[in-house]
Amino acid sequence: MTTATATIPHGVHHHGPEKGLMRWIKTTNHKDIGSLYMWFAFAMLLIGGALAMGIRAELLQPGMQLMEPQFFNQLTTMHGLIMVFGAIMPAFVGLGNWLIPMMIGAPDMALPRMNNWSFWILPFAGGILLSTFFMEGGAPAFGWTFYAPLSTTFAPDSTDFFIFAVHLLGFSSIMGAINIIATVLNMRAPEMKLMDMPLFVWTWLITSFLLIGAMPVLAGVVTMMLTDRNFGTAFFDATGGGDPVMFQHIFWFFGHPEVYIMILPAFGITSHIIPTFARKPLFGYSSMVYATASIAFLSYIVWAHHMFLTGMPVAGGLYFMYATMLIAVPTGVKVFNWVATMWRGSMTFEAPMLWTLSFVFLFTIGGFSGLMLGIAPADIQYHDTYFVVAHFHYVLVTGALWAIIAATLYWLPKWTGKMYNESLAKIHFWWAVISVNILFFPQHFLGLAGMPRRIPDYSLQFADFNLISSIGGFAFGASFFLLTYIVVDCIRNGKPVSARPWKGAKGLEWTLDAKAPYHSFNTPPSRALIEAESQHSA
Amino acid sequence: MSEQKYYVPDGTYWPIIGSIGVTILFVGFANQMHGVSWGASAMVLGFAIVIFMLFGWLGQVVNESVNGIYNSQVDRSFRWGMSWFIFSEVMFFAAFFGALFYARQISVPWLSGEGNNLYTPELWDGFKATWQQIAFSTPGTTLKSGVEMSIPTQLVDTWGLPALNTALLLLSGVTLTFAHHALRAERRNQVISWLVATIVLGVAFLGFQVAEYGHAYADGLQLTSGIYGSTFYMLTGFHGFHVTIGAIMLSVILYRVQKGHFSADSHFGFEGVAWYWHFVDVVWLGLFVFVYWL
Ligand code: HEM
Ligand SMILES: [Cu+2]
Repeated sequence: MTTATATIPHGVHHHGPEKGLMRWIKTTNHKDIGSLYMWFAFAMLLIGGALAMGIRAELLQPGMQLMEPQFFNQLTTMHGLIMVFGAIMPAFVGLGNWLIPMMIGAPDMALPRMNNWSFWILPFAGGILLSTFFMEGGAPAFGWTFYAPLSTTFAPDSTDFFIFAVHLLGFSSIMGAINIIATVLNMRAPEMKLMDMPLFVWTWLITSFLLIGAMPVLAGVVTMMLTDRNFGTAFFDATGGGDPVMFQHIFWFFGHPEVYIMILPAFGITSHIIPTFARKPLFGYSSMVYATASIAFLSYIVWAHHMFLTGMPVAGGLYFMYATMLIAVPTGVKVFNWVATMWRGSMTFEAPMLWTLSFVFLFTIGGFSGLMLGIAPADIQYHDTYFVVAHFHYVLVTGALWAIIAATLYWLPKWTGKMYNESLAKIHFWWAVISVNILFFPQHFLGLAGMPRRIPDYSLQFADFNLISSIGGFAFGASFFLLTYIVVDCIRNGKPVSARPWKGAKGLEWTLDAKAPYHSFNTPPSRALIEAESQHSA
Repeated sequence: MSEQKYYVPDGTYWPIIGSIGVTILFVGFANQMHGVSWGASAMVLGFAIVIFMLFGWLGQVVNESVNGIYNSQVDRSFRWGMSWFIFSEVMFFAAFFGALFYARQISVPWLSGEGNNLYTPELWDGFKATWQQIAFSTPGTTLKSGVEMSIPTQLVDTWGLPALNTALLLLSGVTLTFAHHALRAERRNQVISWLVATIVLGVAFLGFQVAEYGHAYADGLQLTSGIYGSTFYMLTGFHGFHVTIGAIMLSVILYRVQKGHFSADSHFGFEGVAWYWHFVDVVWLGLFVFVYWL
């Protein structure tokens, strides 16, 4: 890193935000854009959650009560798409925007204008996606995995809008990822070496490579769908020598890295919060970095574990089974390190720590059910049942979403300069963590007993567990009103905090003012400061 | 550590204009495909807005660059950005190459009963699994989308136009490198000549490509010719589209060279476009080998 030479023209350097709506539309500031991402993700979370309430209402009892099967399928499809592309991914990009420049001692992101565009594509893409509900033939109803030929031969016209929405979402993610790579590699404080970087930065850097590798493949597969539907190509049509199975291969080549895109930043967040509240440096910093990198690498070569029942040669099934099992090794390293960090720490249990601790527990449950699913012969029983639904909700809700909530509470004081209401946050945590388990744990039993996923009606023996699950679902859904209140209350009436409200917290972000200034670091932090704040110094 | 100054641009309208543009473009496109009357006009409008945005946005960047607002750090950010953007494009093409390999190595042989798929020929009665001329013995087969398949009567001649085009593109990579060397030596006239040569070669490539499409189409190789037609046109089509973009970018660079925007040690705009052009070149090599030759 060399020192820059050019002078900065007047009006570019020290300035605060503009006023009114235009501030948000024109902004090139990483904090503004981070907030936009977070609020957008939150809105999408509520919309997607409302759809899920519809699903659980229909499944409350056996029999068809509220809706046509076709509409039920629209609900499951749109719920999945909105949560994955509208809520979880944007929330992590928002956190990345807010935190990465502060954590690496930079003033802002490397490509601030492009950063604005990555965000401002999202509302349009989300709007197109949601508008399909109001189109003739209804919204897409083929599941968030949109397998051909359901999505080609048998899909409603609105599918073409869905395809373009996916293009836009992918474009936004790719720009976001490029920006993060350029920021981390080029805007980092000159004195900060790669192995000094906080783990949230590391995990996001690696996630960016997953995004750049996987999202274009998604763009490719929806493009093939588009031409199959409208221009007479035969990619997924056996009549012309194509193959619907090929769709699944290309989709899951994107799809499996995608699930790690949604969990690696969560690993990073966890690696910040546990040391803070255990008041010990992170155990095994460098092994965390290498574990993250190997998970990312492995995630590219295990995709067909989603396709054990689609049909593939036995050797293929064996390979994908063993490769999948292999991921448990680096994941185990991570869980081990988190536990070892807590070992003999002087722990306290503020809300962010509660969320993070339950993350470690519940994500691990999801990881174990994943291992079970990865056993090819066993998956013959589990595939496409509620067991899979339980698996991915443990890793995504009590995994990814948990980390997002933990991060929000943990860094909220830095974003607002104020503290949230701790007792309300604790009530909210226990409410959510109990209800989420009532919601998803019984689904394991349903799946093992053979209840298929994506079905609006079921036979009588599944009634009890479904009732329990639905009650848990409504309670969990209601908990988000409290979360909204906690966040808004903090922004409005929170008590002012000091620059480092968590006593054990380390990291450059805590050296900034209590409420982080509009531009984070105008002069890069010194080597001494970086060392003092690094995750691997005691 | 001396004090370091960072560059953070002011707010900008261009992204929101771009978002509105692409949204109108895509919504128009979808409606056009569904036979809605205003679809095409919306597409044109959206496209125009996107072009307007690109000129405005990139124009602003060029201005700032020429006025020396950027420092070497911004330059490096652009480099990282451009290289990873190109990598994402590589992955986009990889999806289509993947489809090509899968169809050739797996799905077409399986449809004719290879492996343990003994009964598939029964399902697909009369299916002829010749790679370029996938067909049924009964003509007039319709695809699932309801479109009638078009069966090519002739095979594409690898060593005709495609080979010539390979030569042209490879040559254009060389001329572009000469232009770069001339730029580093600050010989503006030479830069201009080599750039013009590169653009001419690129345009010639496109011309021959169009001619080749004409032949192929007349011989019955169409988008609707099954998986061969699909992969053939989608791969070469996206490639041709990228050559077009590349040629337009080279023309902008030519204009900027004439304006004297670049110096021996500061010419990211030039290099970024050059990388892009070489990327397009490499993709073509893959196309030539796997689509035309093997
Ligand atoms: C510990 C490592 C993991 C293993 C071994 C694993 C394994 C599997 C397997 C084998 C399936 C396919 C089940 C079937 O359809 O029959 C599956 C589905 C799924 N997994 Fe995991 N998984 C792991 C972690 C994760 C993580 C971290 C996430 C996301 C954050 C995730 C998200 C999903 C999703 C969304 C599906 C369902 C896809 C669908 O809709 O069909 N998994 N997992
Ligand atoms: Cu997977």
